[in-house]
Amino acid sequence: MAQAGTSPAEGHQEHPLGIYLGVWILLFVLSTFSYMVDYLNFQGLLRWGLILLFMFLKAGLIIAVFMHIAWERLVLICAILLPPLCLTVFIGMMAIEADYTFLTRLTVFGEAPQIVAPHH
Amino acid sequence: MTATADTAPMRIGLEGVVSDLSDDKQVFHVPWGKAMMWIFLLSDTFIFSCFLIGYMKVRMTTTVNWPVPSEVFALSFGGEPIPLILIAIMTFVLITSSGTMALAVNYGYRGNKKITVILMLATAALGATFVGMQVFEWSKLILDEGVRPWVNPMGAAQFGSVFFMITGFHGLHVSAGVIYLSVIAYRVGTGYYDRHRGGNYEMVEICGLYWHFVDLVWVFIFAFFYLW
Repeated sequence: MAQAGTSPAEGHQEHPLGIYLGVWILLFVLSTFSYMVDYLNFQGLLRWGLILLFMFLKAGLIIAVFMHIAWERLVLICAILLPPLCLTVFIGMMAIEADYTFLTRLTVFGEAPQIVAPHH
Repeated sequence: MTATADTAPMRIGLEGVVSDLSDDKQVFHVPWGKAMMWIFLLSDTFIFSCFLIGYMKVRMTTTVNWPVPSEVFALSFGGEPIPLILIAIMTFVLITSSGTMALAVNYGYRGNKKITVILMLATAALGATFVGMQVFEWSKLILDEGVRPWVNPMGAAQFGSVFFMITGFHGLHVSAGVIYLSVIAYRVGTGYYDRHRGGNYEMVEICGLYWHFVDLVWVFIFAFFYLW
């Protein structure tokens, strides 16, 4: 008994193995690059920029190829990828509020920035 | 458009979105199990995003220095401490498991039960390895470094609670995935999907979706918590 919605064209996705192996290797390479960003102690905008770049590349590859999104219909792609975009609004609002909270702590609550020295 | 419930012709682009959304029987022309797994993953995305955004807020608002992850998570093998080495190994383990899972899905659709089972069990074993390493990391922080959810000797007091909450939830998802994988692998091996699904191995793909999601969450945790 076949499940509803399983047409030969859509329910049965076979792709050449090569593409999975290729993406797999790419993921290892990108992970190595991500790790190198920390190991080589990049700082500032370069650090954040590279961390985010490699992160989105890896995420994109996993979602598009491993999770087959690249071969799905556009309506499914939209239903899955558009809602998380709303999160960018949430992130923006929370970042703005976080800045406000931080400044309030410094100016109104009189908290001085402290460094806790690690004792090993 | 002359369409039955299953074989609605696919139109590309926005036209396709409109025709799918206005379909008289079915919007998503995928098996319902797949659609439901995607919806679940979407909800899980929001849950993890809430945790990570909460982490962002806590880290941005603290006036005490945030512990430096590459120092906290460094291991020394009798020499200089290597920053983040365990985390790098954990990342490679999880990526390898994603690879074996993708291959398992492929072999499942080819009807090769034996290879599918081997690959799924390999994926589960790698996942269990990942959890084991995370447990080691937790025990090191709790027992050796004195990290608690409410205080730690390295910096901002919230570091512990953020770390345990996020990695704990993720580790729980990995553990659930290991069990899920084992159950589906068992069913594949005993021919369940030949008897009950007419030789249809979509359940392997649906299981794969969950596993790739777990890897995906780790990509974000790795970037935002450990590297940043």
